[in-house]
Amino acid sequence: MLGILKAAATTVRAAFRKPVTVQYPSEKKELPHRSRGFPILLWDFDKDESFCTGCQVCARYCPVDCMTVTMKDNPKYAEGKSTRKKIVDEFYIDYARCMRCDICVEVCNFDAIVMNNTWEGVELSRYDRQDLVMDLPALERQSQSGELKDPFREPMGVAHSGWTPKNEKEEAEKKEGGEG
Amino acid sequence: MTVEHRAPAEHELDTIDININVGPQHPATHGVFRMVLTVDGEVVTDLDPVIGYMHRGNEKLPENCDYRQAIGYHDRTDYLAQFSTEHCFVEAVETLAGLTAPDRAEYIRVILAELNRIASHLMFFGAFATDVGVFGTAFMYAFRDRETIQDLFEEVTGERMMYNYFRPGGVAWDVPDDFSERTKQVLAKINSGLNDLDGLLMDNEIVLARCRGLGSVSPEDAINWGLSGPMLRASGVQHDIRRAEPYSIYDRFEFDVPTGDQGDVFDRMYVRLEEMHQSVRIVEQALAQMPEGPIMAEGMKRILRPPAGEIYMRVESPRGEYGVYIVSNGSDKPYRHKVRGASFSNLSALRAMSIGHYVADVIIILGSIDIVLCEVDR
Repeated sequence: MLGILKAAATTVRAAFRKPVTVQYPSEKKELPHRSRGFPILLWDFDKDESFCTGCQVCARYCPVDCMTVTMKDNPKYAEGKSTRKKIVDEFYIDYARCMRCDICVEVCNFDAIVMNNTWEGVELSRYDRQDLVMDLPALERQSQSGELKDPFREPMGVAHSGWTPKNEKEEAEKKEGGEG
Repeated sequence: MTVEHRAPAEHELDTIDININVGPQHPATHGVFRMVLTVDGEVVTDLDPVIGYMHRGNEKLPENCDYRQAIGYHDRTDYLAQFSTEHCFVEAVETLAGLTAPDRAEYIRVILAELNRIASHLMFFGAFATDVGVFGTAFMYAFRDRETIQDLFEEVTGERMMYNYFRPGGVAWDVPDDFSERTKQVLAKINSGLNDLDGLLMDNEIVLARCRGLGSVSPEDAINWGLSGPMLRASGVQHDIRRAEPYSIYDRFEFDVPTGDQGDVFDRMYVRLEEMHQSVRIVEQALAQMPEGPIMAEGMKRILRPPAGEIYMRVESPRGEYGVYIVSNGSDKPYRHKVRGASFSNLSALRAMSIGHYVADVIIILGSIDIVLCEVDR
């Protein structure tokens, strides 16, 4: 009997506590800065083009093969307005397939792809499965319109261990040699 | 409580045993587990577990992935103890490749794995109390506190369930600046939540009447069945891989290994509650000791190619011994990849524990194993 009274006292105490829930669709909790929604592409405002060069490294490292990327010659490079020789032509991500592992962000050499940390990156209901395949304008829209204010872009993975790509290393050595 | 099977006397009506199908879609089984019960009245005379509904090839898929891509699949083998599974895999790869993770990374791993253990056991309390008949109340208490832990995980890793945060050689990125304070807040909430669960369940006569003496396993049987984790310790065998075979940095912490004495359903609940208190102790010590410094081993290659060889690494996951067996042939992908799931072995004792009990009690016995079907079927 004592044990049951103890249990009843516990529930009565809990009745006077503040609720921890929020009324979701009308009221939303703030997402943490690192919140990992589905991947989207970033927009380079200086050059007015995508950061992505279509090098396909993300598609190669994707464990679930949810990306399709193609590359084209950059017309702005021919005009001398940009330093990117190649630029992304088509970019499809199948959000229904993506497992949000963050590996595409980790391997990207151009910091062109980030995980969406707004609510739009996690609220993803569609009437048709086909609508979950995002094309290039859909992937760039949030960054281009300025909706994506503060993406999480910390150096990740092997970038911590002092590893740099070979060509960067050589360039750095060349620079040092040239100045010296 | 065993009810004897009574043969019908001459003047009585003939009785036959009936098969009852429980699951795979049934509110009282956990996940898509199916069992075919043979019942004599209310008493179970035979039990036939059927598994395999959740098979996704989580052992075979990483053989086509490099060592970083495989981490995401380990999250999905045990979706309630993701950090333990990741920990096991990255420790295995590090041993194979001869890497040493820096101290700070190891402390981060241990803190997150222990918090994950608390979250997993809270999930057990929610589901198990619902099985016993404490409908909703304990579930809400447990999930309230589990939510605080998940919020912390989301702040650290960005994800709520499939973290993909540990890497061979360290962790993906550093914890936020306020990690220490936030963890202390979470621990305070967990402590008050554990008091709630303690007051609600552990002295409650109704819970005691349903759980005491049910599904007892003797220590010898527990070892012979290959049980591990809380199932084994509830039978009185003091075996915890964190203590018996310290991996990572578990030899630096003081903690007790709680054991039960009867090996029944109540003891399994009691052992899990005590384990949560011990995990809180470990996290507190780890927070105090956590050093500053790098979070990734020096000189990591962009693509990891461990030398040819094989390794079996096991860790203490919330459900017991979780093991990973990897054979490497020197390439960037594992040649063979095998997972030892704790739930699978623990589930093998279900039939022996259940025969002779009422149907309603079999549901509690199944709940006390705390199975995760993803880990059983993989």
